[in-house]
Amino acid sequence: MQIPFAIIAALTIVAGIAAMSLRKLVHCALCLALVFAGLAAMYLQLGAQFVGFAQILVYIGAVAILVVFAILLTNSSSSLLPTVRSRSWVFGLVVAVLVFATLVKVILASSTVAGRSLPENPLPTVKDLGTQMMTYYILPLEVMGLLLTAATIGAVIIAMQEKKPVEPLKPGSAGAPPTHP
Amino acid sequence: MQLHHYLIFSALLFAVGLAGALTRRNGILVLVGIELMLNAANLNFIAFWRFSADPQAMQGILFVLFSIAIAAAEAAVGLALIISIYRHYKTTNLEEMNSLQG
Repeated sequence: MQIPFAIIAALTIVAGIAAMSLRKLVHCALCLALVFAGLAAMYLQLGAQFVGFAQILVYIGAVAILVVFAILLTNSSSSLLPTVRSRSWVFGLVVAVLVFATLVKVILASSTVAGRSLPENPLPTVKDLGTQMMTYYILPLEVMGLLLTAATIGAVIIAMQEKKPVEPLKPGSAGAPPTHP
Repeated sequence: MQLHHYLIFSALLFAVGLAGALTRRNGILVLVGIELMLNAANLNFIAFWRFSADPQAMQGILFVLFSIAIAAAEAAVGLALIISIYRHYKTTNLEEMNSLQG
């Protein structure tokens, strides 16, 4: 169990660092897909099959593709900036290292975490998960569906091309005034 | 295999995402960094669920499933905003989007 974890963890971290540091945005998007695949493998290795496959479907299938589309639509991969880092990148790096150091310190100092190994209890099946989701968690599930619908409609409206009025309206006509100047 | 291996891996992924979100100047890459941080949090939920005394209680899995759905909605809206901003400013460089700067 040690060796698969080490391989998946190393692959995911290297891909994550590459996704955050490469110059070309398309390469970043590909490395991002690799990170998501590594995390899905980690979920599968931890025994959460449904979450692992949901991760593959949602993240690799939808989010990574959305990122690629955004890169292509904004055409930002062709613009040659002198540097990809912002002016305050040293500050950002220091903050990230401090956050990591704090998290590791807390994890290693915690008595709940220390030395806890895998319990032998049986894992729930996907059927149990579906039953729970359709009975006890039915209200959050419906709210989630509503939120997803609202968010996707909102995203389409935000990203929609604003139409310019083709010809100016005659004064006194009954048509609605152009709302998007 | 112990719990703190997963937690440290997740903390490292979170730090990588945070560093990316704070140091890159492209808006799309900042969103990608935020996605990495969300994924690191999800891995924590799964790890705590798997190492809990009673995995039959599925709160960890269900929380991650809802969190994945939220993250998908967030990514869609965020990238739509980036595309909309690009139409106005013709750039995705966050340092040039300073109209609201005092």
